[in-house]
Amino acid sequence: MIGVIGKLPEVPAEYHAEAAAVPARNSREGGSVSRLLYFNPDWFPERRSHQKAGETLMDQDIVLTMKDISKSFPGVLALQHVQFTLRKGEIHALMGENGAGKSTLIKVLTGVYELESGEIRIGGIDRPIVNHTPQEAQANGISTVYQEVNLCPNLTVAENLFIGREPRKFGAVDWKTMNRKSEELLNSLDIRVPPTALLEECSIAVQQMIAIARAVDMKCRVLILDEPTSSLDDDETARLFTLMRKLKGEGVGIIFVTHFLEQVYAVADRITVLRNGEYVGEYKTKDLPRVSLVAKMLGKDLDDLAEIKSAHPEHRFGDAKTPVVSARKLGRKGTIKPFDLDVGKGEVVGLSGLLGSGRSEMVRVIYGADRPDCGRLTVKGREVRIGSPLDAMKLGMGYLPEDRQRDGIIPDLSVRENIVIALQAKRGMCHLMSRREMDEAADRYIGLLQIKTADRETPVRSLSGGNQQKVILARWLLTHPDFLILDEPTRGIDIGTKTAIQKLILSLADGGMAVVFISAEVEEMLRTCSRLVVLRDGRKVGELSGGELNQETVMKTIAGGGEENE
Amino acid sequence: MSESKPSVWEKITANRLFLPVVCLVVVLLLNVIKTPSFFQVSVRNGVLYGYIIDVVNRASELVILAVGMTLVTASSGGQDISVGAVMAVAAAVCCQILSGGQVTTNSFRNPLPLAILAALAAAALCGAFNGLLVAKLKIQPMVATLILFTAGRGIAQLVTQGQITYVRVDTYKVLGGYLHGCPIPTPIFFAVGTAVVVHLVLNKTALGLYIESVGINRNASRLVGLNSTMIQFLTYVLCGLLAGVAGIVASSRIYSADANNIGLNLEMDAILAVALGGNFLGGGKFTLMGSVIGAFTIQALTTTLYAMNVSGDQLPVYKAIAVVIIVTLQSPVFQRYVKMRKIRKNPAAEGGAPA
Amino acid sequence: MKRQKAEKKTFNSRTFLLMITIGLFLLMYIVGMVVFSDKGFAKPQMFLNLLISNAGLIVIGCGLTIVMVTGGIDISVGSVVALVCMVMADLMENKGVGPFAAVAAALLIGLAFGVVQGFLISYLNIQPFIVTLAGMFFGRGLTAVISKEMISIKNDVFQSWAKFRIYMPFGSYSNKGKFHPAYIYPTVVIALVVLILIILMMKYSRFGRKLYAIGGNQQSALMMGLNVKRTKFLAYVLDGFLAGLGSFLFCLNSLAGFVEQAKGFEMDAISASVIGGTLLTGGVGTPIGTFFGVLIKGTISSLITTQGTLSSWWVRIALSVLLCFFIVLQSIFASLKRKKHS
Repeated sequence: MIGVIGKLPEVPAEYHAEAAAVPARNSREGGSVSRLLYFNPDWFPERRSHQKAGETLMDQDIVLTMKDISKSFPGVLALQHVQFTLRKGEIHALMGENGAGKSTLIKVLTGVYELESGEIRIGGIDRPIVNHTPQEAQANGISTVYQEVNLCPNLTVAENLFIGREPRKFGAVDWKTMNRKSEELLNSLDIRVPPTALLEECSIAVQQMIAIARAVDMKCRVLILDEPTSSLDDDETARLFTLMRKLKGEGVGIIFVTHFLEQVYAVADRITVLRNGEYVGEYKTKDLPRVSLVAKMLGKDLDDLAEIKSAHPEHRFGDAKTPVVSARKLGRKGTIKPFDLDVGKGEVVGLSGLLGSGRSEMVRVIYGADRPDCGRLTVKGREVRIGSPLDAMKLGMGYLPEDRQRDGIIPDLSVRENIVIALQAKRGMCHLMSRREMDEAADRYIGLLQIKTADRETPVRSLSGGNQQKVILARWLLTHPDFLILDEPTRGIDIGTKTAIQKLILSLADGGMAVVFISAEVEEMLRTCSRLVVLRDGRKVGELSGGELNQETVMKTIAGGGEENE
Repeated sequence: MSESKPSVWEKITANRLFLPVVCLVVVLLLNVIKTPSFFQVSVRNGVLYGYIIDVVNRASELVILAVGMTLVTASSGGQDISVGAVMAVAAAVCCQILSGGQVTTNSFRNPLPLAILAALAAAALCGAFNGLLVAKLKIQPMVATLILFTAGRGIAQLVTQGQITYVRVDTYKVLGGYLHGCPIPTPIFFAVGTAVVVHLVLNKTALGLYIESVGINRNASRLVGLNSTMIQFLTYVLCGLLAGVAGIVASSRIYSADANNIGLNLEMDAILAVALGGNFLGGGKFTLMGSVIGAFTIQALTTTLYAMNVSGDQLPVYKAIAVVIIVTLQSPVFQRYVKMRKIRKNPAAEGGAPA
Repeated sequence: MKRQKAEKKTFNSRTFLLMITIGLFLLMYIVGMVVFSDKGFAKPQMFLNLLISNAGLIVIGCGLTIVMVTGGIDISVGSVVALVCMVMADLMENKGVGPFAAVAAALLIGLAFGVVQGFLISYLNIQPFIVTLAGMFFGRGLTAVISKEMISIKNDVFQSWAKFRIYMPFGSYSNKGKFHPAYIYPTVVIALVVLILIILMMKYSRFGRKLYAIGGNQQSALMMGLNVKRTKFLAYVLDGFLAGLGSFLFCLNSLAGFVEQAKGFEMDAISASVIGGTLLTGGVGTPIGTFFGVLIKGTISSLITTQGTLSSWWVRIALSVLLCFFIVLQSIFASLKRKKHS
């Protein structure tokens, strides 16, 4: 997916210029440059009048400032003296590793978390504001669209757009007007869905856009998009960006929280970087090369593209001649058409394709998370019948699921319990692991994977997303599987950890493990896989290896339109 | 971030069992205030007497039910409101078999072991029915158990053919009375035994961990190799079985099977015991000890009220008030409110940012 | 094309369930009419009697639906009925209070329950099951505190209200050919008016739509800026008020107050709601569905009473079987929906 970003429409230069017209108030770099622009009245004649009126330029165009924000939780300092400035009509990316504090900052701003110290100001209001509830934030013109769409599935699209402020006629809700207004709103934002459809019938992408439409209709001045593109395919991402630019043109300030570097460079005007709960800096996108951005996020010099490649220039993978797992015509009605797949010892096989192409379904059917309707599965040479995940585990398989909240972590159990649970299940109910064994295993993996946690007894729900992912990875590594399935192991994770996990995958393969790796980022897969299996529309359409492993061929195979090679 | 190690006091108050124990102590104190001789124990006719003995004795059925209810709550996040009715069913089956179908009998028409086994089987069957609906068909526990709650006593009535069946046999009365030569009432043995056995099973095997895992996240548990459906099903069967045990004990006390009254309102008491024990009613982590303490608290509360000359019908008023107070104290919202008040009074005491 | 599909789905899941409920009611009633025609089942008065006996349940069922749509529950309603009847009886017979004041007391008691329970549930975030369980205990116990014996209501005005017949333009002919017009009592009128008001409220008021939103996803509703706490609180207050009103209607039928009154009534109300299509998970449910659920319950009761030989326990058993059926049906639909999405 990342590889295709380059094909998105080019961002017109005006957008960058407009952002540059207002000097970055708190940036540590680039200050002198912008002051130059400020003082050259010929370039921006309209600003002169504002100067004369005595108002500072800054107050006019700044929509939001956050100063000296600190926040802590038991055992963890989430934010320390962080600042953030948002201007009118600007798309401002908020970036940082996991645990950097991005989502905490947003939650403090929107009243989900209590503001402990610091000050928030909204353009146009003199006193600092404090949002105690999301409702207050909304009233102050700040709207948020989260990754997990916050709408009501049982209501219609129109209702979701207007709930709490439905148009009324003689005191009663006017359904007709509401539907009509919804249709207008949806059309204006190019969202194709009937207003009377139930929300739960719509895809996640559409639901997200409906959430944005609601925010827009409520005349927000600040729109926060928290990881909006994680579940979207390229078309949907492009549509989202168009929508964002439209809103920007209307003067909305957009805070864009994301991990995808390419997307940031495609659409954001400014970038604020956080690291370990601290403010690193605010930069104009065009002034900050990728390498520098990554360096600021990690705190060390790093060429994210080069490092992995150089570490394994000619990685010797195993081959499929001695397959650990072999599927023949395995399929499940409605989710994945019958496919053949071989994964050999020491191989890393990547599954690539668009959203909905059936990658997760394919691995679930192999693992026994979903029961196959047809076909045979051979593991280590013997044909097997997998009835449940436990059968698969006993055969030496492991599965890191795509949705870690729903299928991965057991939130109230401790880090230790989350790590040992798979191994315990393998051992059986009657053979409880000794406390010492559990403690040792937990400590070992906390160290190995650098899991940031106060204690091994901390409930996993207190950990950040990336660390939760590491816990689940630890869980499966502990079972020493021969065959490991990783479905989006690096989603929602920062560059540094991503790289670490990729390296880990390669070293596991070196040790003889057979790995199946799914990722939305084709680049990531090209770096770590020996073979790529391509899926489209619920079935396997191709297999690429050797010289075919480059972006172009992969994209072409995903897109199809040519002959299909098996 | 607080630098110092938590003090002993902080460690105690942070313990899950702290509030349940406090509640129990408060109720016991109320009892002592009302009845100074509350803790007095004497031996008469070779048998222990005393208010406190009475409380512990009568709490037995409740303890047994609370244990089962804890498991069900933990694994499925819901409650089994049919346990009272299942008690009635078990009692009915047991007495009906013993009396061979007669309204009253002075001797066993059928062997006692058979009657007990049949009763327990019937109870387990009820539990299995609930378990099927909840675990397999994924129906909400309160709704699923609503069915037996409504129909159970009717079924018990059908079993006893609409009458109260009496079994006036000494051997039978033992279960609810006293074993020969033993000063401690038998039901206490049942209660303690149940709690101990279940505790051992939960902690010496991985079942306790499994139940918590399934209760917290059923999907994830399945993917790590746990048979979530089977575990939930098992907890319901166990709950039914334990209700059967309680039913037999209750029936033995009155040596009869009164389908309308056995276990009446006990399901509510059992749920309350679980809640008072600090267990989260939405499922997940649990503590058996807490539920047992909760059961004793409720029973002690009942005794206090009887001592204050409250009649049986009026009892529920005070239980209700007590429950509301206790659950309010346990509610996180309330606790946060109290903390806020404390902080506002001593702003200087908080150095860094409060948790 | 997608539009059609989406709309069809709406029809399929919820309207379908409602159709089943209505169909079931008609089926049972027609069976009754056929099998027991000689016992007068086919007379229009039979149907009106359904409404008469269950006027209170209709009103209380509406209240319960409101609360269940938000994802909560209220198991105290049975005790509220008992308490209100006892209080009304006590006031009118023992304290010489007039019937109007007694009705006011009824409504106040209902409101009080609603306010207290609503506060504990929405502001203190305590689980509805526990709070209303306590409410149930409290109400039942308080009834016994007022009086352990039954109090019959002999107040003239009250009795005249209870016996006041409103005649219908239709009726039936007796064997002798005399025309007996069918009749209802004011309770039925009140119940139906309340039903219509609640239907309108749920569909056409902002408050009503907020209930559905909260039931659908409380977290989302909060994020969307809805005042979840206040809305839930008001839902319980309204439910309490309706419980008080329904109790008054119930009292007009029973004309007495005693401790064991309306035992298990809350389960009747919940069953009627579930059978009427209300999901216990919240977000789905309509008063009209509950109305038909009440009619089904009433029909079962009538069928068994008319049959004469079966014990009244069979009503409960039959209701449980039906409840089981509908619950299973709901669960099948829910799992079909899940499969469609994953």
